Amino acid sequence: MSSASANLNPTQAQSYQGLVMSLAFTSGFIIMSVELLGGRILAPYFGSSIYVWGSIISIFMVALSVGYLVGGRLSLHNPNLIKYGRFFILAAVALLPIVFFSNFMMESVFTRIEDPRYGSLIASTLLFFIPTAILGIIAPYSVRLMVENAGHSGQVAGGLYFISTLGSALGTLLTSFYLVLWFEMNSIVITMIAVLFTAGMLAVWTGRKSNQ
Amino acid sequence: MSKLMIMAIGLMSLYGVCGNLQADKVIHEEKSLYRNIEIKEAQGRRCLVFKVKRRTSRQSCINLDRPKEVVFPYTKMTFAALLLRDKPESVLVIGLGGGTLPKTLNQLYPDATIDAVEIDSAVYRVAQQFFAFEESEQLKVSIADARVFIKRALIRKDSYDLIILDAFTGEYIPEHLMTQEFLQEVKSLLTETGVVVANTFSTSKLYDYESATYKSVFGNFFNFKLPETGNRVIIAGPQPLPSKKVLMSRARRLANRLAPYYINIEDYPRYMSTTSDWDQSVKPMTDQYAPANLLKR
Repeated sequence: MSSASANLNPTQAQSYQGLVMSLAFTSGFIIMSVELLGGRILAPYFGSSIYVWGSIISIFMVALSVGYLVGGRLSLHNPNLIKYGRFFILAAVALLPIVFFSNFMMESVFTRIEDPRYGSLIASTLLFFIPTAILGIIAPYSVRLMVENAGHSGQVAGGLYFISTLGSALGTLLTSFYLVLWFEMNSIVITMIAVLFTAGMLAVWTGRKSNQ
Repeated sequence: MSKLMIMAIGLMSLYGVCGNLQADKVIHEEKSLYRNIEIKEAQGRRCLVFKVKRRTSRQSCINLDRPKEVVFPYTKMTFAALLLRDKPESVLVIGLGGGTLPKTLNQLYPDATIDAVEIDSAVYRVAQQFFAFEESEQLKVSIADARVFIKRALIRKDSYDLIILDAFTGEYIPEHLMTQEFLQEVKSLLTETGVVVANTFSTSKLYDYESATYKSVFGNFFNFKLPETGNRVIIAGPQPLPSKKVLMSRARRLANRLAPYYINIEDYPRYMSTTSDWDQSVKPMTDQYAPANLLKR
């Protein structure tokens, strides 16, 4: 059974694809949920003016674009589920400062930068750039894991965009409609960290198992 | 016949009470960064109106024939704060609207320094253009988010004798201006004998949460509600609250000075209660947990 990972039988391939799809959904969900909470996180220091949203959205966009680029690059070298799972674990770790250091970080930006436009831009860079960029890596990497031949690569990419963007929509909706009504912000972020970590471990475990 | 007459009179008075939006004359309209602003005139009044979705809310009105009159009950109620701290030397007004509050306070206390904070520069322009609002040496306007302004003021070590919280978006108060942490900041910005006064609504689930939040920061406060208004004015400060008797005697002394503004301050003390009439089981709102926009309906 040494060639199991190279030639998956149809049932194995299916469960593997299902895993990548659901992880892509999770990552989409969490990206937008964090982005939405970002407005709340920054408001005590920088207000809730339109420029605060401007800062958050631009930083998320730049971080995602960098993540896509890096993810594409990384997918060239021996792509596998174990590496894929590590990105989720890394993203979970990168979200931790939001829970534990956000007030300290915003306080130091606030005292150094008077203009709340640039203050909010710097603060969202410090808080959100790294986790979002790592979550951005996941998108192209998922495509690489699922594509078996060039002919159906467009279809695979389409399916992944579909599922991860659907996750994003749901993340936005659930967070703004319900989660903020039921939970404290830190509890929401900690839950997302736990989900990302579990998702990562699951991918690593599945990868290890299919390597045996 | 007489029945018809009564009906007609009834309808006419109803018309008078509710006003008629169609009959209002819109004299100015603009889209600002934050909302749609309208200036309307009807029945001798000129009003600043924020249009939010289906709802329109009047933010501020002046009586064109009696420019000194403070028109809205809740705006009048704000002056009850003077019963706790008369002759404030420094005043901070959060939310400019038509500028009625800072303008009136400036007339009452010409020597006091008054800072007004408004997030929307369009509101500030409109106040100057249509509500005869003027800046002066003593009365300054800052275009800023109130939370940011207050944090900066704390760093400058500023303090105020009177802080008026009157920031409304057209729907309600912005969430980050309702939390425990925000009220802590406001409290730190008060002088030792300072007073904070906040305009809020009394008709939603949010009433309980807001009350719990103020209580957690200031302890006992005056809960001031006039019959037949949906408004509730909170008056609080670091000093112990004066007794009803003290309020009454201060009201008598203030009455003449406030009469030109149609503020019947002597009616107020009996409606200023310290009883907790809200659901005590709710948690205060914090920066971490402030589902304000969801609770207000």
